[in-house]
Amino acid sequence: MTIPQQILTIVAVVLGTMTTRFLPFLFFPEGKEPPAFVRYLGAVLPSAVIGLLVVFCLKDAVFTGWHGLPEAIAIVVVGVLHKCKHNILLSIAGGTVLYMFLVQMVFV
Amino acid sequence: MKTKAFRAALPYTLPICVGFLFLGMSYGFFMRSQGFSFVYPLLMSLFIFAGSMEFVTANLLLLPTFQPVHAFLLTIMVNARHLFYGLSLLDKFKNLGWKKPYLIFGLCDETFSIHCTVDTPEGVDPGWFMFFVTVLNQAYWVAGATAGALLGYIIHFNTKGIEFVMTALFVVMFVSQWEVNEDHRPAVIGAAVTMLCLLVLGSDHFLLPAMALIVVCFLFMRRLTPAKKAPSDHTLTRKEETP
Repeated sequence: MTIPQQILTIVAVVLGTMTTRFLPFLFFPEGKEPPAFVRYLGAVLPSAVIGLLVVFCLKDAVFTGWHGLPEAIAIVVVGVLHKCKHNILLSIAGGTVLYMFLVQMVFV
Repeated sequence: MKTKAFRAALPYTLPICVGFLFLGMSYGFFMRSQGFSFVYPLLMSLFIFAGSMEFVTANLLLLPTFQPVHAFLLTIMVNARHLFYGLSLLDKFKNLGWKKPYLIFGLCDETFSIHCTVDTPEGVDPGWFMFFVTVLNQAYWVAGATAGALLGYIIHFNTKGIEFVMTALFVVMFVSQWEVNEDHRPAVIGAAVTMLCLLVLGSDHFLLPAMALIVVCFLFMRRLTPAKKAPSDHTLTRKEETP
């Protein structure tokens, strides 16, 4: 990608983000109730998108020689660590350090 | 009036300060490790100001092909939750004049959580209070992202694998929402449908079909359970709680 293309990509992301943040205020200026289906999507979409994002992170790893094994190990550790300690910083830092160790020392 | 609102807002933002500095620095450092100048995390944290999407954008920028429409749609999908933050703050943001557009612009997850759970203390102007909450949170994030990228110029070590910080962030969010929600079907559908599309369509063309298929799944799911109310969602329940 050239630099102008990168700038346009960032602008597209800014516009996308602003759309999601401003739209409710443009659509419901007087506190009108949103339709039922919109509210339903609002309830279920956030969890689904997080699942989507986890898989998105694995998009290249799945097709490598190890088929995502180091990623799977680190993900399980992050999950267990977070379930036990509920410390966001510890879970993220611990998992990342472990993953870096795995791909630099074990799965080379 | 401004000083009073600032003093009232500051303590609520301090826990977020720690988290944002750490995550922002990881983001900035990650950007630098991918070869981006510090200007990228600086401007992206300032203008996009949506943490997970900034990580995703870094990946989009590294793609060889230029797909702005794809980037726009992906952003809407990833940030769709913000639609519902807005819906629950329609009343709270009324009559705030010029501060309102900025409050909407800066409505990230953490700022939303303060707006939702904290009532403006007695004798403090709500507009200025929410304004300073938003400004402070954004300042932490931009400072963290920029500092992380600058640190990337000085500190050099084998950064192979540092991109996992993004995966770890999403896994943490996945576990957190799993514990809050009683209905786990949305999370399972999101992950399973995306994985299916990835395996079938390959890593270049799976994302848009996956997003479409997820929405279709929910269309069917809603039709199958018409009598039941939507699964418990903290934003909706909170909305009902606030008068």
